[in-house]
Amino acid sequence: MAEKVIAGRTIQVNDEGYMTNPSEWTREIAAEMAKEEGITLTDKHYAVLEYIREKALAGETLTIRKIGSSGIVDLKEFYQLFPGGPLKLASKLAGIPKPTSCV
Amino acid sequence: MKNILILGAGTAGSMMANKLFRALDKKEWKITVVDPSSTHYYQPGFLFIPFGKYSKEDVIKPAAQLIPKGVEFISAEVQLLQAAENKVILTDGRSFAYDYLIIATGARIAPEETPGILGPLWQKDVFEFYTLEGALALAERLKNFNAGKLVVSIVDMPFKCPVAPIEFVCLADDYFKRRGIREKVEIFYVTPLSGAFTKPIAAKMLSQVMQERNIQIISDFYIERVDNENKKLVSYDEREVPFDLLTIVPLNKGADFVGRSGIGDELNFIPVDKHTLQMSHYPNVFVLGDAAAIPTSKAGSVAHFAGEILFENIMHIIQGETPKEKFDGHSNCYIEVGGGKASLIDFNYDTEPLPGTYPVPGVGPFKLLSLTRINHWGKLAFRWIYWNLLVKGRTLPVSAHMSMKGKKIIS
Repeated sequence: MAEKVIAGRTIQVNDEGYMTNPSEWTREIAAEMAKEEGITLTDKHYAVLEYIREKALAGETLTIRKIGSSGIVDLKEFYQLFPGGPLKLASKLAGIPKPTSCV
Repeated sequence: MKNILILGAGTAGSMMANKLFRALDKKEWKITVVDPSSTHYYQPGFLFIPFGKYSKEDVIKPAAQLIPKGVEFISAEVQLLQAAENKVILTDGRSFAYDYLIIATGARIAPEETPGILGPLWQKDVFEFYTLEGALALAERLKNFNAGKLVVSIVDMPFKCPVAPIEFVCLADDYFKRRGIREKVEIFYVTPLSGAFTKPIAAKMLSQVMQERNIQIISDFYIERVDNENKKLVSYDEREVPFDLLTIVPLNKGADFVGRSGIGDELNFIPVDKHTLQMSHYPNVFVLGDAAAIPTSKAGSVAHFAGEILFENIMHIIQGETPKEKFDGHSNCYIEVGGGKASLIDFNYDTEPLPGTYPVPGVGPFKLLSLTRINHWGKLAFRWIYWNLLVKGRTLPVSAHMSMKGKKIIS
């Protein structure tokens, strides 16, 4: 666990850079974290982040498939917006814990 | 007369029918089991069929034979659950009222959900091994596969028996070695996960096992479609994996009536309390086995351990007492790696697979997270245990709760 100063605020992050307190999240923090990943956030990015936060904070388990059927993005777009591991990256930028897959 | 209705005559449903029938007063209770299939499949055996180690006869029995004579077995499909009215309607229009309902309708493969799986190459160069028909067809194809790229890939989580595709690539390595053509075959393991497995310590051990067998892991690969024309897998981020022979684990889904009844998640698995297996709002409805959306493996061992707990709880509830037992997510699986050896993992909701001994601490005879011959014999002996003890609801000499005794804590 570590502290990190970003977008003028101090936030708690774990050793993989995921925020440990979702209530510390702001849109500005997301934008700064995205820059570190080489991404400039658009309205579409934010719409996905807001959706992920809403679901995660309601205790729902998120999957790539669920986001693909959210009506906000399809899976192809989701991969384009958050290249590589989109669910992991989007969760990081949304200030929620890293998604775990249970066997 | 009170009614217990069990939907599904697989591992979970048959086990519960046997346990409850033995324990309950036959003058007071009527138990009914509904399943569209008249055959009970020993699903762990499907893995061995493509390599010619098991035949069809090894993995099937008539479903009615595994259910007590005093239990009514109805061969039919469920149309709808009306939980508010304690009623189940079948596709043939019949309806059944229940006092207690156990949903054990499992998971099925849904190849139709991924474009191209059921294309022109289906059952020619594209196969699955989660059905008896699929495993038998693949066995024939493997006999004539002499060189090229064998790709084994997973569409999405969760799927039944999460170690099965790992076992499949290891057994394929062994199979081609025995045929003397291993150097002519490239084996690829393609997964949507970031590594071989979800749990870190087991993932490390399993990726080592695969590396030693020259099996290449392609991770974070989320399949969009199977390109039949060019014989390749294509991911959503436009990566491609060419194949000569593809063995795919299609998307897994719960039963269709779950969707029709509006009680499931987007894959038709049913959310329940992960400790009591009760549906919220309907405390007389329980979901056991693969049908439940709980954060542990979809595996027979989970159905078995959870079933032991559920049985105790139902007996308490019937007697007007509060259920005491809580399911801890206990799961264990043998992992065949070929060459007559296997590994074993044992874990639950909170504890990932760790090295050690099982089931007797310090003794074994099985060794967790290491490759031994005894583990392999354990896997083979399990078929007898399954048919004769487990589905018959007899008590096995292993605890339903996971134990830390005999486990070594490492990080």
